[in-house]
Amino acid sequence: MEQQLKQLEQEALAKIEAASNLKELNDVRVAYLGKKGPITDLLKGMGKLSPEERPKMGALVNTVRENVTNQLEARITILEEQAIQEQLEKESIDVTLPGRKIRTGNRHPLTRVIEEIEDLFLSMGYEIAEGPEVEKDYYNFEALNLPKGHPARDMQDTFYITEETLLRTHTSPVQARTMEAKKGEPIRIICPGKVFRRDNDDATHSHQFMQIEGLVIGENIRMSDLKGTLDALAKRMFGEEREIRLRPSFFPFTEPSVEVDVSCHKCGGTGCNVCKQTGWIEILGAGMVHPNVLEMAGYDSKKLSGFAFGIGAERIAMLKYGVDDIRHFYTNDIRFLSQFHRTEE
Amino acid sequence: MLVSLNWLKQYVDIHGFTAEELAEKITRSGIEVDAVIDRSQGMTNVVVGYVVSKEKHPDADKLNVCQVEVGEGDVRQIICGAPNVDAGQKVIVALPGARLPGGIKIKKAKMRGQESNGMICSLQELGVEGRVVPKAYADGIYVLPEDAVPGSDALELVGLRDTVLELGLTPNRSDALSMLGVAYEVAAILSREVKLPEVKYETTYEKAEDVLNLRVEAKENPLYAAKVVKNVKIAQSPLWLQHYLMAAGVRPHNNVIDITNYILMEYGQPLHAFDYDALKTKEIVVRLAHEGEKIVTLDDQERNLKAHNLVITNGIEPVAIAGVMGGANSEVTENTTTVVIESAYFEGLSVRRTSKEIGLRSDASARFEKGVDPNRVIPAAERAAQLLAELAGGEVLEGTVLVDELDKTPARVVVSPDFINARLGMKISLEDMLSILNRLQFDVEAANGLLIIDAPTRRQDIKIEEDIVEEIARLYGYDEIPMTLPEGNDQVGGLTPYQAKRRVARNFLEGAGLYQAVTYSLTSEELSQKYALKAEETTKLLMPMSEERSTLRQSLVPHLLESASYNVARNAESVALYEIGSVFLGKTAEDLPYEEEHVAVVVTGKWVDNAWLGEKVNADFFIVKGILEGLFEKLGLQNRISYAKSTVDGLHPGQTADIFLDGEKVGIIGGLHPVERKNLDLKDTFIAELNLKAILTATGEELVYTPVPRFPAMTRDIALELDRAVPAGEIIDIIRKAGTKLLKGVNVFDVYEGEKMAPGKKSVAFSLTYFDPERTLTDEEVVNAHEKVLKALVETGAEVR
Repeated sequence: MEQQLKQLEQEALAKIEAASNLKELNDVRVAYLGKKGPITDLLKGMGKLSPEERPKMGALVNTVRENVTNQLEARITILEEQAIQEQLEKESIDVTLPGRKIRTGNRHPLTRVIEEIEDLFLSMGYEIAEGPEVEKDYYNFEALNLPKGHPARDMQDTFYITEETLLRTHTSPVQARTMEAKKGEPIRIICPGKVFRRDNDDATHSHQFMQIEGLVIGENIRMSDLKGTLDALAKRMFGEEREIRLRPSFFPFTEPSVEVDVSCHKCGGTGCNVCKQTGWIEILGAGMVHPNVLEMAGYDSKKLSGFAFGIGAERIAMLKYGVDDIRHFYTNDIRFLSQFHRTEE
Repeated sequence: MLVSLNWLKQYVDIHGFTAEELAEKITRSGIEVDAVIDRSQGMTNVVVGYVVSKEKHPDADKLNVCQVEVGEGDVRQIICGAPNVDAGQKVIVALPGARLPGGIKIKKAKMRGQESNGMICSLQELGVEGRVVPKAYADGIYVLPEDAVPGSDALELVGLRDTVLELGLTPNRSDALSMLGVAYEVAAILSREVKLPEVKYETTYEKAEDVLNLRVEAKENPLYAAKVVKNVKIAQSPLWLQHYLMAAGVRPHNNVIDITNYILMEYGQPLHAFDYDALKTKEIVVRLAHEGEKIVTLDDQERNLKAHNLVITNGIEPVAIAGVMGGANSEVTENTTTVVIESAYFEGLSVRRTSKEIGLRSDASARFEKGVDPNRVIPAAERAAQLLAELAGGEVLEGTVLVDELDKTPARVVVSPDFINARLGMKISLEDMLSILNRLQFDVEAANGLLIIDAPTRRQDIKIEEDIVEEIARLYGYDEIPMTLPEGNDQVGGLTPYQAKRRVARNFLEGAGLYQAVTYSLTSEELSQKYALKAEETTKLLMPMSEERSTLRQSLVPHLLESASYNVARNAESVALYEIGSVFLGKTAEDLPYEEEHVAVVVTGKWVDNAWLGEKVNADFFIVKGILEGLFEKLGLQNRISYAKSTVDGLHPGQTADIFLDGEKVGIIGGLHPVERKNLDLKDTFIAELNLKAILTATGEELVYTPVPRFPAMTRDIALELDRAVPAGEIIDIIRKAGTKLLKGVNVFDVYEGEKMAPGKKSVAFSLTYFDPERTLTDEEVVNAHEKVLKALVETGAEVR
């Protein structure tokens, strides 16, 4: 019997070793350890043994059974691992293939510039004012100290709709309308928007372009405030190292009036072809609000003062991104637009 | 304004500064110097030559072989093709090795077999603009005066050893439209003196007023001064004068004309010279023209005058349009002997209007328009008399024929130093302020803490306190202004809800795959109403530059489609754009068009293209609709939006819908009509336009948390056989209405129109979701609710499959 048992063990272990999948292993288990298996049969035959032999044989059967079970389980673990390995191999992919594209668009570069400027001024407590693109001559010119027949009207060639209405030539009429509406109250606004001039479209001219106007009116608003504000603007748009300088100029709606240069962001001020070797680039016009403009809108120019500035969004975008032709902003070539997708340093 | 530094030096000392340094100082303190022009342009080896002899070139009809002395005993053969070259002339010679403007290098050469050792030059070859070269030398070489010394520097002799500053003047600084004005400015900047020309001349016993009668009958001419000069000899002006004029961009003619132009440039006062005998009547009458009166001006054009045009007449007919241009009938010719010089003050507005109407803008009209210095009108006439005597041999009649009602008092400005400092945010001392005002030669007195200033009349731009603020600041230096930020603000700032939502809309549309486009607001009349949500009266330009840009748009779609077409023509496989912009509709009470902000979308080409994954989706209606639905959901409007099939010109009649918000039309969506697609060379293309203003001003539902469901939902599916024309939207409405409050969602999950269906029929399958947030539903409850839906559907004639 003992020999019979040993033989069974040998047979079982050999079959376990030979099994190549879980099903075969299960068959082995059922065949040898199952209720109808030979080991169980042997245990049933134990009654025929002598009382001295019985415990000895019992221990032996248990050892064999344990041994077969252990081998069986070890083999199961190996086969399971193999199965997972096979699955992993089957499921492996070429990770260098391109990903599934996420479709996105982005802002127009002019909107990008405008929003950047808006955000700067919003953070300084400004509001954003908007006004109509078709304006009355009064708001576009007269309320800004440009009466009919004023020579300075020649500075801006105008698209007229009628004698009294026109396409605004700048965003300054929004100033005039805001002042009228605020009835003598302090103001802090910027006004972005489309403006129009009678120009033939070419690389540097566009009959339609974008301007951003700024206006602050309050007690004791000084030219130094204008300078400090524009310095913050220049630094935001062109980098912390930028400096600005003011040059005297003339606009009928401001006195004093200035042109504002920013130190060249390309060469840092040493001179290059972007700044035409001067180290400085003209970026905007500004000044202290002319008392006539204040008075016409019902502000007491003796008590309140203010500053105003106007920036061309195209000019800023062209300088900032090195765009060489203003028409790019209006042809909407996707190869152009899509370049303004990413963040910038 | 072109400022010759050689000329400027006559009035102010500029030594110690290079032209560039001077230009920088002028620019930084008030007048922008656009360019610093070295008139010699780096030329070398350009000398005076004496043409010893001239012979015809043996082998070339148009060439001459000249022997030219270019230094003592240095005679060289030079071939010259100019028609006016001749023996005995002193000429300009560029020797071999010379460099001329435009990169021309002069070398020894053979011309048709004859040796040529240099070039005899025209002024144009030395870089002088053709339009300012005297007519006599316009088509040939320039001839120098007889006393020129061969071998000496020719550039010096023709005034090209000079630097010119090109000033970009703003309209307020008309004072700098004269050499004297620039001299005052430079003197103020450099703290130096101005040296005015000394005006002295002798007169005859005969009195001007005895030979010329003057009447002024128009208030537009408050000051008219006339000088009469007899026995004038018309000739070329001296070279220095010609060279100054050329440097200033004015062509020399003859001494009389040149003198008037010289003084125009020197004093900024336009003058006009009449031929006294050609006036015929010994009389000058200034008046407004008669309507329809005619005059032939100096440029031989006949001009029709209007009743508001100011004219100078001889008492009978116009002899000049005041301040704009003289008449041909009284022109100074080479036979003129007696000259009447007019120096007058004409109202700027009148001159501006007339010159604009006639389309004639001259150096004179430009100055009158901006206002000449009232105190320089008479001195300019005196200066003219002096120069006519000195340079044209004239005899000046005694006295000035004058009508003078012009107020010449300077503008008085009273301002406190504190005001100046407060406006600037600075602390400039009173001494510094006084010093600046003195440098400007403003008459100033400090009393009782105030500055009482009489600005000279040449500075017509100085009228109010702020003007003084600017003068002080610009000469003190804008660099000295500190940087501060405005104090005291109780405004919080920030975007309005509309502006904030517009940004949300932009972000959404971009996130959905659209690029933002910006197109022109002006379009053609034909396109202005195409695809418009509502076509109303259009707004047209009075004088468009082209028909293409003549009318304001009422829809954003046409230009967006053009942009799409532009991209597709450049091989873009996928174009998806949106634009936010105003459309212009009808008229408001303000007589302005009503401006309504819209958003439009165009999608064409491939929408999804992951080729290696086998995924390709072309643009279709439901992509655009899905984007709009997403936007409405983002704005909390999804339950208030509905769509109804409609037709729009240019869109596919079977693929177009109107979009409604609370029953009001707020948009359109559709596929482009095949004919339009063909015209624009586009494949399947879909557009939408929404009234953004309406969408963003509609208040969305308040955002309040609803508990996350804790109990399971149950779904039931329904498949219906419907007529092909029945919109699924209607069925959804029926289901929604019939479903009890347990019905929480209806979704279409299958649409089938194919061979398995009867003709004209389609199958649509819906999935209905039921749940109760309070508890788990029983089967029975769901069956009951669902039965109601089925019943309602059957009642409408739908066949449940």
